[in-house]
Amino acid sequence: MTKYEITIGIECHVQLATATKLFSPADNDARDKEPNAVVHPVDYGLPGMLPVLNKQAVTLAIKAGKALNAKIANESRFDRKHYFYPDLPTGYQITQMYQPTILAGYVDAPMEDGGSVRVRIHHAHIEMDAGKLSHYGNYSLVDLNRAGTPLIEIVSEPDIHSSAEARAYAEELHKLMVYAGVTNGDLYHGNMRFDVNISVAPEGSSELGKRAEVKNLNSFRSVERAAEYEFKRQVALLEKGERVVQETRGWDDDSGKTSSQRSKEDAQDYRYMPDPDIPPVRLTDEYIAEVQSSVPNLPPYYREKWSNLGIDGSVVSALLANQAFAEVVSEVQGAAGDSVAKRVANWFASSIQTDEHTSTVVYKLVPDSFVELAKMVEANELSSTTAKEVFNELLSSNKTAREIAESKNLLQVSDEGAIAAIVDEVLADPASQKAVEDIKSGNDKAIGFLVGQIMKKSQGKANPALAQKLIRERL
Amino acid sequence: MAKISEYLGGSAVDNVKKAIVAAKSVSKYNSLLELCEERALDLAAKVDAGEIKGRLAGVPFVAKDNFLTFGSKTTAASHFLENFEAPLQATAIEKLEAEGAICIGKSNLDAFAHGGSTENSAFGPTLNAADETRVAGGSSGGSAVATALGVVPFALGTDTGGSIRQPASFNGVVGVKPTYGMVSRYGVVAMASSTDTIGCFASCAEDAELVMDIIAGHDDLDMTTLPDYFDPTTLDMPKRVGIIKEFMSDDVDEDVRNATRTYATKLEASGFTVSEVSLPMLKYTLAMYYIIVPAEISSNLARYDGVRYGVRAETNDLNELYGKSRDQGFEAENKRRIMIGSYVLSSGFFDAYYLKAQKARTLLINEFNKAFEDYDILMGPVSPTPAFKLGANSSDPMKMYLADIMTVGASLAGLPAISVPAGVSADSLPIGVQLIGQRRSDALLLAVAKSQEGK
Repeated sequence: MTKYEITIGIECHVQLATATKLFSPADNDARDKEPNAVVHPVDYGLPGMLPVLNKQAVTLAIKAGKALNAKIANESRFDRKHYFYPDLPTGYQITQMYQPTILAGYVDAPMEDGGSVRVRIHHAHIEMDAGKLSHYGNYSLVDLNRAGTPLIEIVSEPDIHSSAEARAYAEELHKLMVYAGVTNGDLYHGNMRFDVNISVAPEGSSELGKRAEVKNLNSFRSVERAAEYEFKRQVALLEKGERVVQETRGWDDDSGKTSSQRSKEDAQDYRYMPDPDIPPVRLTDEYIAEVQSSVPNLPPYYREKWSNLGIDGSVVSALLANQAFAEVVSEVQGAAGDSVAKRVANWFASSIQTDEHTSTVVYKLVPDSFVELAKMVEANELSSTTAKEVFNELLSSNKTAREIAESKNLLQVSDEGAIAAIVDEVLADPASQKAVEDIKSGNDKAIGFLVGQIMKKSQGKANPALAQKLIRERL
Repeated sequence: MAKISEYLGGSAVDNVKKAIVAAKSVSKYNSLLELCEERALDLAAKVDAGEIKGRLAGVPFVAKDNFLTFGSKTTAASHFLENFEAPLQATAIEKLEAEGAICIGKSNLDAFAHGGSTENSAFGPTLNAADETRVAGGSSGGSAVATALGVVPFALGTDTGGSIRQPASFNGVVGVKPTYGMVSRYGVVAMASSTDTIGCFASCAEDAELVMDIIAGHDDLDMTTLPDYFDPTTLDMPKRVGIIKEFMSDDVDEDVRNATRTYATKLEASGFTVSEVSLPMLKYTLAMYYIIVPAEISSNLARYDGVRYGVRAETNDLNELYGKSRDQGFEAENKRRIMIGSYVLSSGFFDAYYLKAQKARTLLINEFNKAFEDYDILMGPVSPTPAFKLGANSSDPMKMYLADIMTVGASLAGLPAISVPAGVSADSLPIGVQLIGQRRSDALLLAVAKSQEGK
């Protein structure tokens, strides 16, 4: 039986986290706004209006370039892509067809098995988003709130060869863009959308098969599922001796299927033309370096930094899912060393559920508090169980770890004299006699019962290791 | 004709009333599409009350109807925008109003400024100020005629390939096309973004200079505007003038050539040296212009789709909405240019037409730059003929395009060029002569024109 290989290239639209739109002073945050509430005459395509390029959008593109290991063009330009649709008020989208701002680069996406896949970036260009149409029976309504929102479209080379790699790439792209401050990364609100180009060919074939483009995927899971589905669909066609049609397909998340939207024959002629209203963007190497110097540490930096901590890949993922966690653990590592960092890392990973939507919860993250907490555990002042309780409270508290431990009465008693008194009391208790006898006759497990009694009497504060030691000394 | 100085210091309300009476008395010329009487009188009252002061306090003017203005509709002389009321004003209008000038009406043009005679207006042609059987020229024909008839001392126009210079020449007024980027295009209905310029008509160079001084300058709302540079006060008078050989061939009307030579002789008498200069690339400028400009037009006019404003055809089908709205809203010349533009931009033809034309444009610019090593100013006629008869070229677009041959070069190269009155033909038709300068030499051109007035 013929074996088939899948080849995937991904175009990812990233909504830039600018204050205003790409070419107008309208508010760029359309969330929770009435339709057409944030529309400037420029976005509306009024006669006589001219685009004014948003400098912040260019700055964010320069930062994105760093995250993509890409070179930034010293000169880039904007072009018009023409088509008629009611969501496009000027009749053209302003994009960068010929001279994009972000040139070739690459992304190393980590895989679950600990390896990684390198996906080369062909280029990324800056462009404006269109508005949104809603259809109601025999009429449609236009909302231009999103019209003119700045995007960068990151175009990958076809370097992806499994649905898992596709997902890993999408996830890594998301992290990179969020960490670099390029986007808010809110997938629910469409801050990142993926167009996935998928083709299959017999393994070892020198030519790629005809590709289908599945448009507008807005979750990592749908990227993975759509790639899986397309692989099966296209293989089935080839097995039957049929041909794959080059076309655009839509994804239905409920049915888990793609369906044909537009074939290549219907492809429009966009009549690209340099935009005469926008002068070329000229960036010096000095300016590019200055902008990129403000890009914070990115996921690959943290992975490298934590590689010797001895924490699981899942813990690394959990930390990286929230940039603030990654930053604080990194600070802890710098201030107090690897073992403390490992302890804190594990607390973060086990305490907080993360998902692909950016969490809106704001945590209080004070590195010194986490260091203090870790040191208290190392000094046997807290048990690992109670330490987690303190940790959870630290995330939303202004108190120090010690203050919390004290206020909750969680500090372990490691004062030998105090514990010895309790030990003596427990050993003298008639209820303990059976356990004492068992231990003496060699059944060591019974010591657990005695320690339990001591913990109970000390209201959990006795250091169990110390208690055990004192019992053994007495028997 | 009227001078700005005649309006200063008196009652602004009287000035406006006088201009409106004058406008109504010459309505047969169809130079104005709409009067903004109410708003003009309101502003005039404010000027008289001392609430608005400035260098043009109480001076009435008209603006070509492709400038977005309050107090009237902005139609671009098209059916498409027949009922369009602008929610904001063009930068040029705002600057003039800030100096106390008062817009009393909107002037006629070829629809969307596509044309060279004002015959393409959806609301009928404007008649020539000197001869009612002839065209006003265009596309800013209404502004030229209103100025020539003395309705107002100055008028705003736009010049994309000669649309200020040619009607200025046809009606015997001064017409200024500035360096590309000197005046903000914000709030002016776009025709071809890479050659659109905002300029003015006036009865004399001094008035034109004052108006240009006010409307010039960088605008944050137009990325293609240059940093401020227009300064008529500190000038070294240029001395070397080159007559463009290609514009003086036998194909050009003899009266026009004679008028040009006479102007050159006057310059020589004033101490200028005048000699002939050849710019061979000029013979390709019409070909370049009628590729690049329609390309940009097809793009800039894509927004007129019937969805948000303007004409909206009755239909339930989206493609029909586009097709019918645009069919109803555009004139034949608009459609012709949209089709040419769509063709030259289409895949497979883009390189052969648009890119090639842009390369030729670079060669043209280089040739101009080289000529400016030896000459301070280039001169020639504005148009091969004086104003032609109404309807004479209407059925032949190629003939109409050929009339632009002397003006499109400066447009493609972004150079300042002005048209100054230089006598009349045997039929008493006004003839203008064109002065072309290097980029940013706008003030120099006007200074030269001023030096020759009355000589």
